[in-house]
Parts: sequence; C-alpha cells; structure tokens
Amino acid sequence: HLATSLPLPSERDHLRPRIDLVVFMIDIKSKYSLKNVETSLPHVDASFFLGKVCFLVTGVGRMNACSIEMNAVCKLGEAYCSPVLFCELELEGVRAATAQRLVRMLQICAGHIRGVSALSFVSLMRNSD
Amino acid sequence: ENADSQKTAFLLRKAWTLYSVTPLSGFRRARLRDYARLLGAFIAAERQKGLAVEVGAELDIKVALSSLADLRGSELDEAALLVQLSSRSQASSRSSEDKPVWLGWFCSVFGDDLSENVPEYFTCLPLFLAHGAESYTSLVGSWFQKTFDCCFRRLAISPLNLSWMVAMWAGCKLDRAASAVELVFSVPRLSQPLDISYAIHPEDAKALWDTVQKTPGEITQEEVDVFMDCLYAHFHRHFKIHLSAAKLVKVSTAVASAHCDGIVKILHSQYLPGVLMLLTELAISQIQ
Repeated sequence: HLATSLPLPSERDHLRPRIDLVVFMIDIKSKYSLKNVETSLPHVDASFFLGKVCFLVTGVGRMNACSIEMNAVCKLGEAYCSPVLFCELELEGVRAATAQRLVRMLQICAGHIRGVSALSFVSLMRNSD
Repeated sequence: ENADSQKTAFLLRKAWTLYSVTPLSGFRRARLRDYARLLGAFIAAERQKGLAVEVGAELDIKVALSSLADLRGSELDEAALLVQLSSRSQASSRSSEDKPVWLGWFCSVFGDDLSENVPEYFTCLPLFLAHGAESYTSLVGSWFQKTFDCCFRRLAISPLNLSWMVAMWAGCKLDRAASAVELVFSVPRLSQPLDISYAIHPEDAKALWDTVQKTPGEITQEEVDVFMDCLYAHFHRHFKIHLSAAKLVKVSTAVASAHCDGIVKILHSQYLPGVLMLLTELAISQIQ
C-alpha cells in the first residue's frame, strides 16, 4: 500500500488489512520528502517503532544532487530506533536487491519467519551498524 | 590594500568554471618560465595535429605562468598559480599586440585539511578556475596532468552546498546598494523542463539571516535550514508550490553567484577570500 503522507484517510480503515511494516521513503534530492516524513512520523503508533518501521533513502547514486544533510537522516533513524537503508532506484540491480531486502524484513515483521521477531531483527541490524 | 585589490581585480565579474585538482608531483616554483615554454610548445604541437579547433587559428599562442603570492589563506597555503594564454597575430611581433585568450588559476585558501596529510614532494593547489574556451582548458589540463601526475575533475556544487552559499552571502554586509538575492530552481519530472526564479530584496534577505544567525562569524546547518525553510514557506504561501521538492540549481547575490555545474562569478573583492575558502573546501572534499 502506497501513501504520499500520513495519517491515512480514516474512511477506509475498516477495509485495510493489518499493517506489518512501514517504510518511509526519503529522496535525497528533495528536502520536501524529508519534511513530509518528519510530519508523518507522529501519526504512527508507538508500537510500530519496535522493529516495524524503517527509513529508505533513495537517490544516493547522485550525491551531487543532494539537497538534504545525511547526518539529519541518520539522526532521524536513531531518534526513532529504526534502521536506515540506502539505495538508488535508477539502478536495476540495486532496486531489485533493495526490494528483496524489504520483502525479507516484511516476512519477519509479519511473523512468517520462525524464531525471529521484528524486535530481535531490528536490534541485530542496529548492532551491526 | 588598494594594491591588492588591483592585483585581484581581474578575478571579479568573470564566470569561472571550477575543477578540483589532486596534489601536483614534482612542481618547482622556480621553473615557471620553463613550464610556460613547455606548455606553449605542447599547445602548438596539439594545434598542428588539428586538435584545438579554433576558427581563424593562424594566431600564435603565448603562455605566461606567474605566482600570486597574496592569493592564499595562510602561510601554510601555496601561493596561487596563474596561467595566461594570449594570442599574437603572426603579422605583428610587438608584445603590446597580445590579446588575452584564456585564463586559469590554481589556488588554495585555508586548504590545510589536504596539505597536512600530503608528503613534502607534492604541491597542494586543490582549486582550479578557468575562464575561456573549453578547448584551451582541456589542453592546459592535459599538460598539467601529464607533467605533474595530477587529476582534474569538474567541481559540481550540490543544492545543499548552494543553500549554504546563498545563506552566507545574503548575510554579508555591503556598503553599496546590493542586487537582488536570486534562487533558481529546476522542476524535475515534467514533460517540458521548468525553471523557477525566486528573487528576494537583498535587505529582506539580510534581515532574515540576521534573525536566524546566533553567533556572528559562525554558521550552522540548522541556521541554513531555518533560513531556507522561511524562504520556501513564504513562496508556498503565495504560490502553493513546494520549492523544497525542486532542485536548487543556481544562487545569485551581490557578493557572488554559483551554479550547480560548478560555475561561479565573484562580484565583490571584500569577500573574495571567504568565497575562495568555501570553494577550496568543496574541492578538497571532492578529492578526498
């Protein structure tokens, strides 16, 4: 499910399936996308931040077009205890690998992987940083 | 101070294309005349091969290399190196007939971050500025790369760095009436490219910066963000367009202007060292 910002419209609440993972996308070329994410974050229930949220920074293949400060993004990840992934959507290989990574995370968050919980997975990711 | 201004006056009001240059190996300040001769011979040879395409090229190209001792940040910096190409029509041999055709200079203003980590054998002049035909820039660059084993790269300026520049320069105190502060944005992903130009009265821009900056002489990323956010909010209030989603490609102030392709124009001699210091820093971070 894709949304341009949060909160999601309440009219469709009863039709929506359970949400297992929230991925916030930040385009390094757009300061607006970072601001948008920052204003959407408070609308997410606190329980999601136990491993069911991650930040995806796109456009890192073109640092010359960078409009946001990378430090600010990393600080955001730390503040919300959620991992920050980097990718370049314009490169097919990286795009595919990132998609696979997200699907894997989703499987864990949905409880489909035995023995690994969302919380244990996210602490594993943070320790390896 | 006036003598200094005169010496550096030629730098002002010209569009300079920027490059980062890795340290030069085996460069000797005492051999400038030899280098000028060798570079001149190289250019003549390449033009014989038909590689420098200049219409009406029966002209001799004369090369002059000189040092600009005052163009540096501190004693730790190397003095700037100026390369001048002038043409002399073969009809006349009088040097007064020389016409400047191309100008390039290497400099380092407070470039200690680079020079302190580099062995003595190397000369650090990380910023190169060129004015004139690209074909000459290419010839001069090739010769320097071959002779001193260095590497030239076009210096791109990101929107993040451009916003630092506009915040810094809009806040500069100027005696004379200043020109408007202008930001040019390019809007992505449209079928036809769209540029948005946002002009602000220089006094308004300076007043805004003065309310944002906490410590004179110091600038933080937060302060630049607040300054830019105010400008974006003001524009959105009037036009309902989020400039923060567009790409900042050019900034212009009375002090200097800069384009993301790495082209700058310095307009005010008082702030020349400050601008060069910022550009030196960008060049060094591109090298490292």
